[in-house]
Formats: sequence, structure tokens, C-alpha cells
Amino acid sequence: MTIRTETEDAAATGVSEPESPTIRVMTSGHELDESERIAPGTSGSTKHLEFDDDQVVFELDQLSCFYGSFRAVRDISLKVPKNQITALIGPSGCGKSTLLRSFNRMNDLIDSARIEGRILYHGVDLYEDGVDAVEVRRRIGMVFQKPNPFPKSIYDNVAFGPRVAGFRGNMDQLVEQSLRRAAIWDEVKDKLRTPGTSLSGGQQQRLCIARAIAVEPDVILMDEPCSALDPIATLKIEELMRELKENYTIVIVTHNMQQAARVSDVTAFLTMGEDRAGYLVEMAPTQELFTRPTNRLTEDYITGRFG
Amino acid sequence: MAGVARPEAIPPAAELVRRAISGKRIDVGARLFEGILLFSLLAALAILVTLLADVVGRGWVVYAERGTEFLTSGNSRDPAQAGVGQALFGSLALMVIVAIVSFPLGIGAAIYLEEYARDTPFTRFITVNIRNLAGVPAIVYGLLGLAVFVIALQDLTGPNSNGRSIISGGLTLAIVVLPIVIITASEALRAVPGTIREAALGVGATRWETIRSHVLPYAAPGILTGTILAMARAFGEAAPLIMVGGAASFVAAGDANLIDQLFGPYMAMPTLVYNWAGLPNQDFRALTAAGIMALLTTILLVNAIAIVLRNRYARRW
Repeated sequence: MTIRTETEDAAATGVSEPESPTIRVMTSGHELDESERIAPGTSGSTKHLEFDDDQVVFELDQLSCFYGSFRAVRDISLKVPKNQITALIGPSGCGKSTLLRSFNRMNDLIDSARIEGRILYHGVDLYEDGVDAVEVRRRIGMVFQKPNPFPKSIYDNVAFGPRVAGFRGNMDQLVEQSLRRAAIWDEVKDKLRTPGTSLSGGQQQRLCIARAIAVEPDVILMDEPCSALDPIATLKIEELMRELKENYTIVIVTHNMQQAARVSDVTAFLTMGEDRAGYLVEMAPTQELFTRPTNRLTEDYITGRFG
Repeated sequence: MAGVARPEAIPPAAELVRRAISGKRIDVGARLFEGILLFSLLAALAILVTLLADVVGRGWVVYAERGTEFLTSGNSRDPAQAGVGQALFGSLALMVIVAIVSFPLGIGAAIYLEEYARDTPFTRFITVNIRNLAGVPAIVYGLLGLAVFVIALQDLTGPNSNGRSIISGGLTLAIVVLPIVIITASEALRAVPGTIREAALGVGATRWETIRSHVLPYAAPGILTGTILAMARAFGEAAPLIMVGGAASFVAAGDANLIDQLFGPYMAMPTLVYNWAGLPNQDFRALTAAGIMALLTTILLVNAIAIVLRNRYARRW
């Protein structure tokens, strides 16, 4: 099957026009023929996204992630744009979560995990000597796959981050503001003292988002935030993400291609080589990637023939 | 064609199904196995009940005649006057030392092993050996206590009692239960899901803030019940105390102050029972049984407290 035309596909996937004026797409200018397609196990991007320097939050330079001697992610180079939603998609086990967790040094918690290459955050290497992982995580928050509120009150769930950060202002106000921005205030305002674990799954996940934004991060990483939620809760979270991107840069890992198509501005497609290391196949504005993928692997994946 | 039921078509089909799914299978092997299992259970219970009945039967008379006076009076050569008062005090004092020494050390070691130590062959080696230590017979710890606390550290543990003091005994018992405290505390810490740690670290908490504000409070009920059970174990240990001198048959009347008592000779419940059981005077048989009753009641009480706490604060993740 050849690549379909834009009009057909926009109608088919329902992708809206991306609101991303800063994105310029630099394609290699021609359709790839069979010989140019990436062989499994090799790495690279067929299309390069270029942003103005001040619009780049993360820049990955030949990043590889290892667990012991196993290479989970191979030689990834990409840029994550500011105030946009970047989706990482790909089949299970291709290293999306590993990659995401290296963005805020969450993988430091795993003894055998290490990286090669560089992750620049506003131009600063996150893994260079002297960088404090705690400070990194304060600026780069995370929302996890399974809602994981603390078994404490809703209020304390939100207030914990600011407290350890030494917040001295009006905590009640900050808690309310965070819960409002996470679109859950109306549902919990009368029961702030009840345990966060008593909420429904979707509410718990929004509470976790409120907890993440209470420390005023710069970036929010989301690791399949809707995989444990029903469709209605999922839509609420997606709506919330679109609102949040005005103030935050969001990187989301998702198994759900429709979700990537619905919410993200930029999408990176990863897959696994024969050595089971994940590599970047293609990264492009979401609409581009879903309508005119330049790589056969991408096309196979988004049309559901693989993965 | 469907829905047009021919009258004769229904019974045969239903009858076939009924025949296929009904029947009373007699599985001899399974019955036999069940019987053996039930017998094992009953045998274990019967032994326990016999022991208890025997003890209560022999010891009850002491409580009937002397009441709580038996629980408060000191030891004596005269069976009519001998009581477990001093031994109860000695055991309680030992428990206080055990708690003060083994809880901070044990819980601290567990936190280090679970939260800080990297997963290396060396750490795994240590973990395995702590489990082994928990299985080492208590008498071995008694020898250790004798060598270290009674003899080597005599000047510190009991200058006037040749080191055979409550301090020595308490420290020895603390070492006996230390591995148990470490293991139970480790298990309680491990039961706190990693996602909770990630959540706390993810909003910029340090490792210590994560442990202090989340991991420890959520593991506290488990740690607490584990440590209480360790106390019950220490309360009933006789062997190490016999080694380190908790078997003094008679203790001078307690007009000494508390500090002097800590450094002085003492008696503990299990060793008192052990002593009485060895005396030739038949009248001490009843006292032995009564002492066992007091010992068992205390241990059961402590275990019951642990169970109640566990049920009340148990957390589902």
C-alpha cells in the first residue's frame, strides 16, 4: 500500500490542524524507496523537526539507555518543543517508558540503569556532574501509568510537593489552584480531608496531575496516564492536557494511537530492533506522521498492520 | 425452523445433558487424603490441648490458694512463699532493654537494606545471612553474650555482679531478636509499593523525605507487629539467660534503687520456671506449672496485641 493522500487520511483519523506555528518540517524531499528504508535494528529519523533554540526544552543527543548490559534504547536524537504535547508511540517493549523516565532521572532509582549520550534540558546536560536529581524532578514532574495517590488526604497529596520544596506561601490557596487546574476541584472541594485513595481511578489520576503541577514544574512527563482509565475519564484527562500545555511542556507515552493523534502536537514513533533495543523511526508533527508517514514501519504501525 | 419445538425433541436433549452433568463420584484417594490432613490437624491440636490442660490442672491450685500474691512475691526456698514477682519484674526490665536496643538497630538496618543499599551480590549475601542468623539456636547467642557482655564488658554491665546483670541479659536477648526485627521490618518496608516512592520522588522529594513522610508511616503497622512478636520471643527465651546468669535462684530483697537493680543479679520468668522444675521438692511442681501459666498468658497477651494492631492498621494497596 502506498502512502495515502492528506485529505483522505485527515478525514479518516480525524486529526485536527495542529496549532504549532513554531514547527517547521524539514523532509528529505523525496519519497523513500525500498533501499532507503530503515533496516530493523538500525536507527535514525527520516524527517527532522527543527525548532527555534528557545523553543527546545529537551534535546537528546545519541541517547542510549541500558539496564546492566541490556541496551533498552539505542542512539536516540530528538528535540522536544516547549509548550506542546509530544507523544512517544510504539509497540510494547520498545523503550518508550525507559526513555521517558530518563528525562527526569527517574531511572536513577534502578541500580543497573545507566545512559550513554546526552539529554540536554534547556541546554544543560541532565546527567553531568553536579546536577541534583531531586532538583531535576522538581522541575520535571511525572504522572504515572497507574494512579498512585499517597494514602493520605487529598489535601496532603497536593501539599506534599510544595512542602518539601519549602513553599512558604498560602498552602490552602496553592492546593485549591492546583486542584482547579487539574479540573478536579469541584469534585473534591468538600472532602479535602478524605483519603486520596478513596477517589475513582480517573479522579485519582487527576489528583496525581494536581500533585505534579503543585510544585510548578516546567515539564510534565506522562507515562501512559490513561491506560488504567475508562474512556470518559480518558477524555477528561486529554482535555486537561490540552489546557495544561499553555503553561507546561508535556511529553506523553501512549499505547493508544488515537490518543496520540487526538492530543499531541508532535509524535515520535519508536520500535524495537532485532536486539530488542528501541530506536527512533520517525518524528514529525502529529498530523504529518499520521497522514504521510515517510517510513514503512511507521505506516505499518499506524495502520494497524504491526504492533 | 428454530422455535418450532417438536414435543419429542425436548426431553431427550435435556435428558442427555442431565446425564452428562450429574452423578456422584466417589473418589477414594481424595477422601483418604482429606482424612490424613484432618488427622494431622487434630493430632497437633490434641498435643497442645493436653499440654495446656496438664499445666492448668497442676498449677491452678496455686492461684486458687494464693491468688495474686503468687504473682507479686519473690522467690523463696519455701514453696508456700515462693512467687514469680521478682522474675516478672526481671523479665519486664529485660524487655525494656531489648526494645531500646533492638528496635532502633533492627529498623535502621532494615531501612538501610531496603531503601539505600544497592542490589549487589554483597547485599544479597548479607540479607541471606540475616535470615540464617534468625535461625541460629538462642543458646549460641547466650555463649556470645557470656563472652562479650558478662566477661569482656563486665566493668560496664555489672561491676558488682560479675557482669551477670539485667543489662547483660537484655543486651543478649536484644541480639537474639535483632535478626527477627530486621527481617520483619524489611518485609514491612518491601510491602510499600514502589509506585509510592516514585510518586514522592517525582514531585521533588529527597530519598530521606520519601522514607520519612511516606515509606516509614505506611510500613509502621507491619514493623510494629513484627517487633511485638519479636518481644514475645525474647520474653520466652530461657537458654541464653541461663548462659548469661539470669538464673540466680535467689535475689536479695529489692530495696536497691532501679539503677543498682539494672546492674545487679536478676531473675527472669523462663529461667525461674527452669529452676523450679529442677528442684527435688514435689511442692515446686505446682509452682512450676503456675509459673508456666503466667509466662504463657503474658506471651499470648502480647501476641494478641500484635494481631489486633495488625488487623486495625493493615493497609490494602
